Amino acid sequence: MSAVVAEHEHDEHHDHGPQKGLLRWVITTNHKDIGTLYLVFSLAMFFIGGAMAMIIRAELFEPGMQFVDPQFFNSMTTMHALVMVFGAVMPAFVGLANWMIPMMIGAPDMALPRMNNMSFWMLVAGVLLLASTLFMEGGAPASGWTLYPPLVLQTGAALPFAIFSVHLLGISSIMGAINIIATIFNMRAPAMTLMKMPLFVWTWLITAFLLIAIMPVFAGAVTMLLTDRFFDTSFFDAAGGGDPVLYQHIFWFFGHPEVYVMILPTFGVASTIIPVFARKPLFGYSSMVYATASIAFLSFIVWAHHMFTVGMPVAGELYFMYATMLIAIPTGVKVFNWTATMWKGSMTFETPMLFSIAFVVLFTIGGFTGLMMSIAPSDFQYHDTYFIVAHFHYTLVPASVFILMAAGYYWLPKWTGNMYNERIGKLHFWLSAVSVNILFFPQHFLGLAGMPRRIPDYAVQFADWNMISSIGGFIFGISQLLFLYIVIDTIKGGTGEKATDEVWEDAHKHGLEWTLPSPPPYHTFTTPPATVPTEHI
Amino acid sequence: MKENVTQKNTRLVRILVFVVLGMFGFGYALVPLYDVLCDITGLNGKVEAAVKEESYEVDKSREITVEFMTALNESTPMVFRSETKKIKVHPGEYHTVNFYAENKTDKAMVARAIPSISPGPAAEYLKKIECFCFSEQTFKAREGKTMPVRFVVNPELPEKYKTITLAYTFFDNTETSVKK
Ligand code: HEM
Ligand SMILES: [Cu+2]
Repeated sequence: MSAVVAEHEHDEHHDHGPQKGLLRWVITTNHKDIGTLYLVFSLAMFFIGGAMAMIIRAELFEPGMQFVDPQFFNSMTTMHALVMVFGAVMPAFVGLANWMIPMMIGAPDMALPRMNNMSFWMLVAGVLLLASTLFMEGGAPASGWTLYPPLVLQTGAALPFAIFSVHLLGISSIMGAINIIATIFNMRAPAMTLMKMPLFVWTWLITAFLLIAIMPVFAGAVTMLLTDRFFDTSFFDAAGGGDPVLYQHIFWFFGHPEVYVMILPTFGVASTIIPVFARKPLFGYSSMVYATASIAFLSFIVWAHHMFTVGMPVAGELYFMYATMLIAIPTGVKVFNWTATMWKGSMTFETPMLFSIAFVVLFTIGGFTGLMMSIAPSDFQYHDTYFIVAHFHYTLVPASVFILMAAGYYWLPKWTGNMYNERIGKLHFWLSAVSVNILFFPQHFLGLAGMPRRIPDYAVQFADWNMISSIGGFIFGISQLLFLYIVIDTIKGGTGEKATDEVWEDAHKHGLEWTLPSPPPYHTFTTPPATVPTEHI
Repeated sequence: MKENVTQKNTRLVRILVFVVLGMFGFGYALVPLYDVLCDITGLNGKVEAAVKEESYEVDKSREITVEFMTALNESTPMVFRSETKKIKVHPGEYHTVNFYAENKTDKAMVARAIPSISPGPAAEYLKKIECFCFSEQTFKAREGKTMPVRFVVNPELPEKYKTITLAYTFFDNTETSVKK
């Protein structure tokens, strides 16, 4: 027995600080290092995916074909989505989880540090493989991120590579999810009971369960595509008795929970930030936990709202319509709770809070358009038009992405020990908040007027709103460079003002991370804290 | 305390890996599940194979329009048409209509016609006794064939259906044929 203990001591304590040199970043198993790797990587992907969006908006600036050929245009819409979903938003939240979850629950590290390192490098491999398809014969996949057959089977040499890349990304997120579940279940400080956990930890726990349930299904679906194309199976091939609509069912069984994978941690961060700047406890802590769990549960039984137009029996249309509408209830509970948290609070409006408030308002718009589309007969008008493009961009850009920005501003002083430049931060916020609406709001009108999604050219009656949308897009794109500047500047020393331990007034009452020095030492909570803050409850 | 956590982690990881494998299997299980559901609901106009000719009481009181449509999957080098575009039938009456298909290439071709019936819920009432779609068809170079379809509309067809469309798409299966 004692031999085992000794071995462990050796294992965990042979380094007390980071390794010297670049190799540190390759072999690190430290949760803070891996968190940083994930965050830096996802920021890079945010700009690469953003560059693709700029190509899309440039082509759509005017009717007619301007810059790219249609095949490449469709590759851009496909790759933009895949890069943003699997390269930017999901890894950014995994990065936050790595950095913050151990510090929030009083654990020394993630439960499975080596697997943690592996899941990061698999992500990099997956994204590189995906990017490499851009240079292959026949171009990158151009079927849309949903990879529907039979269209996707017409992809050139890139198809197997894109599919293997999905496999790698899937395995990477599954490993990340398993690690997070193990950390939360087994590594909490004894005082940190489940119902005292910060909501960010709660929402990630639930998200991690979603991930391990859906990523394998997606992996299965793309494997069926692969065997249909190369090994003569006929899962989706009508000639052999298969059915392409089956793919849509399997895809959306994954796809709908997948969109919640991107929004649940967003909810968690918002619920963490808003109480601090409202100087009040979160309104309805336990209802937030239950609402998150019900949203996660419902997300498994509503998938066919993406397929109202494929020709379902009326009973199916009705069931999926009502089930989808149900989601609005727990979602409404959340919006109500955030608003109630701010109600009569002593609010201040630092950059993280500004982004969080914008999130509450703009996410609600996305929720409302979602409700409109959940009405099956109306969805025949909205489906596959720019209306749905507007819907999911409202739920993803001014929601998930804004909250990621908020998280960046909120925790950067903790991570680096330096204060960021608040004036530039506010400028970044106002430019983003205004331009994101110029960018996406007109797309509602375009969709209602009938402009289809995923097309490089359009009829002239759509010209005005497209031009406005593109202008908003360019302003939004350029504004994000401010964020890059702020991140680099803060790492280098920022305003010169050193961050205090709690950074934000009374933050130590809201989360364990604020009881640690800024920046925290390489190893934290090697002995668990005796008490935990409860102000957030 | 330490190795206790390690043990707990190992056990949890084992369970979770099991869940992952199970869900991978579930993805595949959706395939037969989907077929069963399609059968029950008549979704997508999927129809079962050949049926024996049995006699129904002919329902003279109503007439159903049966339409025939033909299509070629994009890369299939054939001529394909139905000799009857539409026909009015009484439920319970047997009819035979002819389709014509021709191989436009200089090589032998194996092709498969996939039927689809709409509206979907009516599919189970359109019974086919004879059809070229029941099996793969082989065409010699440049060969053209006239192929009959014998069918009946089951008199139990609900009143609300006045028109049924039977559509066939020919797929070139020469590369992948099971007959090869
Ligand atoms: C009240 C909550 C919501 C409802 C009722 C809802 C409803 C819908 C419906 C009915 C569609 C299908 C529209 C169509 O294809 O015609 C859809 C599409 C979509 N939704 Fe939502 N939604 C909600 C929230 C969200 C959230 C929170 C996200 C992501 C963070 C999201 C992301 C998406 C995406 C990405 C698509 C499009 C997928 C595609 O076809 O590419 N939605 N939503
Ligand atoms: Cu959905």
